[in-house]
Amino acid sequence: MAGGATSVWATARLVAAKDLRVERRSRVVVNQVLPFAALVMVLFAFALDADAVLERTAPGLVWLGTIFSLLIVVQRSFAIETADGALDALRVAGVSPPGIFLGKSFALAVQLFVLEVLLVLLAIVLYESELDAAGAVLLVTTLVPATTGLAFVGTLYGGLAAGTRGRETLLPLLLFPVVAPVLIGATRATEAALGAGGAATDEGWPWVGMLVIFAALFGVGGTLAFGPLVEE
Amino acid sequence: MNRNEGSAPVATTHTPSTASAPAMTSRPRGAGTGTTFTRWLGIVTLASMAAVALFGLVLSPEDVVQGESVRILYVHVGTVWVAYLAFVVTAVSSAAYLWRRTHSLTWDRIAGASAEIGVLFMAVTLLTGSLWGRLSWGTFWVWDARVTTTAFLFITYVGYLAVRGLGGSHEQRARRSAVVALLAVIEIPLVHFSVKLWRSVHQDASVAGRTTDVTLDGLMLFTLLLATVAFTLLYVWYVLHRQRVMTMEDALDDKGLDLALAERRREAATNGVSNGAPSATGEVTN
Amino acid sequence: MEPAVASSGPVVELDDAVAVLGRFPALAGVTMSVERGEIVLLRGPNGAGKTTLLRLCAGLLPLARGSGSVVGCDLSTQRDTIRSRVGLLGHSNGLYHDLTVRENVQFWGATVGATADEIQASLERMGLAARLSDVAVGRLSAGQKRRTALACLVARRAQLWLLDEPHAGLDAAGRDELDRTLHAAVAAGATVMVASHELERAGGLATRIVDVVGGQAGPPRSDHDGGSL
Repeated sequence: MAGGATSVWATARLVAAKDLRVERRSRVVVNQVLPFAALVMVLFAFALDADAVLERTAPGLVWLGTIFSLLIVVQRSFAIETADGALDALRVAGVSPPGIFLGKSFALAVQLFVLEVLLVLLAIVLYESELDAAGAVLLVTTLVPATTGLAFVGTLYGGLAAGTRGRETLLPLLLFPVVAPVLIGATRATEAALGAGGAATDEGWPWVGMLVIFAALFGVGGTLAFGPLVEE
Repeated sequence: MNRNEGSAPVATTHTPSTASAPAMTSRPRGAGTGTTFTRWLGIVTLASMAAVALFGLVLSPEDVVQGESVRILYVHVGTVWVAYLAFVVTAVSSAAYLWRRTHSLTWDRIAGASAEIGVLFMAVTLLTGSLWGRLSWGTFWVWDARVTTTAFLFITYVGYLAVRGLGGSHEQRARRSAVVALLAVIEIPLVHFSVKLWRSVHQDASVAGRTTDVTLDGLMLFTLLLATVAFTLLYVWYVLHRQRVMTMEDALDDKGLDLALAERRREAATNGVSNGAPSATGEVTN
Repeated sequence: MEPAVASSGPVVELDDAVAVLGRFPALAGVTMSVERGEIVLLRGPNGAGKTTLLRLCAGLLPLARGSGSVVGCDLSTQRDTIRSRVGLLGHSNGLYHDLTVRENVQFWGATVGATADEIQASLERMGLAARLSDVAVGRLSAGQKRRTALACLVARRAQLWLLDEPHAGLDAAGRDELDRTLHAAVAAGATVMVASHELERAGGLATRIVDVVGGQAGPPRSDHDGGSL
């Protein structure tokens, strides 16, 4: 029995636990990416100036901040693997690519989720957004599929770009067009949740549905595609 | 089209027949990318393009509402049709490459050739579309689902071409790019759907009311169809040639590998002399 | 749970194998055969293709020309199976620097379902069970990282060990430990291929030496300059 004994789920759990433990030790996301995301929010405020504009655009800025941070978190996630040849070692170890994909996606989603919560709180503080109970329910329900979808596409294209020439520039070119539906959907849903621009809370729910479809499609697609993409 | 470059009339009349023989052998049959079929296809394409120019610019009337600017549409509609066709071909060829029973690098090359030409035509589409939009709607750009999807399709396939250019073996290139092409098939409908849903919520900038005013008379409709056919012919002609060029490039790579391999083996032979015969046991090396 | 004694045939069998890095034929025709229980030393100058040969045997690189099989699986069609049965220690160690020695060995052991006892045994085998086991790998010396990587390999119970300059960075005690580990692995049914410059060290270990020159190994070719493929 060498290799194949561990299932996809066991592998996913193993990889996710490993990634989260690496983050707990190194605190790169906490110490560097979170401040970066917060800084972006402040820069938005400088650029857009007027308070009314900020209150109106806060949901979009939250998600723009998330997507910029996504890029960095994905690069960090694969830098862990390529720094000392661990990605090769994973391949030699016959670790199932779907397991790696799901595991890394999960770890990425956890980190993104923390990041998004921080950004929403910042928007409430800095941009004077307001959140009522119904809005909070919608917001949390939005965060889950949006984060999952972002984590899936991030892991998928991060894996493709890892170890290639010019990965820093290739990754955003591939990633940003794909995440556009999440940016649109999550922003609209967050607008509804925060009541930005007079949006009603129940306007947000169709968008949550779209985000769920997005996450489901790229979850399945990524699980199938990850192996062929990282293969030499 | 691949007419022989060295066939100026003066030269042919004065060249002795013995001298033309090596010229023929230096460029053997089938070395180019043209065949009888593509030559005829090229001629038909040229003729139909000329006809499009004639009908589009001269014979067809100007539009009652839009005036002369309607003529842009003949190019716009022709290229957008071809661009979408090209991306469907890329997706289908990519699937055919990945499917075990039709696994062949030919599918990969068709996918790549089609995407390259699709990107080119998509650029023309976006350009003509925004020019026409400026003339008809007074704006270069509208956040309409179709327009936005088209722009995203363009960017996505620019990314696809970047993935093709990553290097590695032919098989690796083919597998990676095929997967990326199929992921685009998931992505594009989602983009379209999300933009559509977005614009339907915010009715303010809807385009729907403004586009459908075009009433095409018979001749205009004919010109539009003619343009679509002509651009499709051009696309097919391009893909056939480009795909053959890619085949030759890959063959050249393989040839280069043969040369590099021979070089590497000579290196071994010379080193082998100085170091003692290969697979000798236990003598001093470094 | 020792390496399965799968086939009676050779563990590695290559016939005129060619492997390409980018456009460069790093391996330009290797013909060799390795039997079970052998410790084969690959010898040759820098750039001869030793590393590429090991990576090819690990199923990491596709076979560009020629044919071959490793642990009874075909190199062109069954690379996934090959990978799970071989262990490769290359120039990089494949370790996570933010994790401790023990956590790294646990992780790699867990990819093949190793038990806690086996992991403890792997750590002890490489002398890492005591003080070093809870130190982050990033703070170890080069030799200690190497030993950690070897412990991971032990935990993975590979049938074929592919080691690229394993002695590099190891002190005398570490080298003795490595030699003992390799002998133990062979005694348990594994096969070893080592690429090394340090002949006096690795030469004593090896049961056979194979020269790699200009990307080639094996009996002299009849058509050296032909390149006829």
